[in-house]
Amino acid sequence: MSNLLVGAYRPGTTLLHRLPAGPKLGLLAVFGVATVAVPGAWPAVGLLGVAIALALWVRMPLRSTVRALRPLLLVVVVVTAFQVWQQGWPTAIHVVAGLLASVLAALVFTATTAIDAMLDAITTGLGPFRRFGVNPERFALAFSLVLRAIPGILEIAQETRAAAKARGLERSPRALLVPMAIRTVAQAYETGAALHARGIGDD
Amino acid sequence: MTTTSAPRRSRLNTTDLALVATFAAFIAVCAILPAFSVTGVGVPFTLQMFAIFLAAAVLGARRGALAVLLYLAVGTAGVPVFSGGHGGPATWTGATGGYLLAFPIAAFLVGLVATRVARTNPAAFTVVVSVAAAIVTVAVVGVLGAIGMSIKLDVSIGAAWGYATPFFVADIFKGVIAAIVAAAVHRAFPQLTAKR
Repeated sequence: MSNLLVGAYRPGTTLLHRLPAGPKLGLLAVFGVATVAVPGAWPAVGLLGVAIALALWVRMPLRSTVRALRPLLLVVVVVTAFQVWQQGWPTAIHVVAGLLASVLAALVFTATTAIDAMLDAITTGLGPFRRFGVNPERFALAFSLVLRAIPGILEIAQETRAAAKARGLERSPRALLVPMAIRTVAQAYETGAALHARGIGDD
Repeated sequence: MTTTSAPRRSRLNTTDLALVATFAAFIAVCAILPAFSVTGVGVPFTLQMFAIFLAAAVLGARRGALAVLLYLAVGTAGVPVFSGGHGGPATWTGATGGYLLAFPIAAFLVGLVATRVARTNPAAFTVVVSVAAAIVTVAVVGVLGAIGMSIKLDVSIGAAWGYATPFFVADIFKGVIAAIVAAAVHRAFPQLTAKR
């Protein structure tokens, strides 16, 4: 779990690393739309080329990139077969190259954007929604509470699983999940009381 | 439910904030725990959808949907909490982005039903919430997921629906388990549905 807060971020000094997270996310969205909206096989291959070039430029580690793309393998095989049969090779290439290009570009985004930079960007982006009752600072607090809570809940999950196993009930969803859920709610109330005691979040 | 029409007056208090954040973390843990076969039929059983339905059935519409949105925000920011231990916007741009979009809507609708039935007819909670979760699975998660897939993979919505059918069955089952577990949670913490 030690790498949880780092995620797939790899520090660096390229232009993509230095670009603020908000505009970078906008560029990623435009790129993602382009992979679907621009028709034809060659433009999609071109976009995939761009995504690969970006990945090489920011020196994405090959191993973790392959690991992140692996779940797509089945989709790629099924869709290629289906599209070749239904609409022919050009559509199959357009779809698969576009899919890989958009996912790879998003992985480049994650590799070049620290999580706290992204949190800052979301908090800033929520600013205009203040008039609808959205409070960006409370969002930031909730975000960090999630990160704080994950290790504790992982522990609860492991303990309840071990307890169910000790009773020979490891196949019973009820014996596994009811204690896990109840202990999670109890932890939430404890967290709420702790925040309240410190005067955090009540304003 | 009069408070939802006046968002300024019904701000989340500290306890609600803690519940929303803790359940967002619960969804994250359920999504990244190694899949395990509860049913014994060998179908890999990730608990992500269970956790989303549970958050809705325990917290109600508003807090449940906020917990799901918070989970999606944490995942999108790059924390590896999406299923399979991934994080970042890649999950949105892949073929399954439509499902992510459907999660908060599904949580809101199931939560709406759950709060109402918990207050008016607790004895029917498990059955009503199971049915609501099943309807939402097909009508919201299935439809939005299939639309997302059909756009991304350039297949007809019918074909995308076909790919997803095996998952529906599992998700309906997860909705039932979430309803059973949520009923137990409500018995342990009656204050969850108290009117403020």
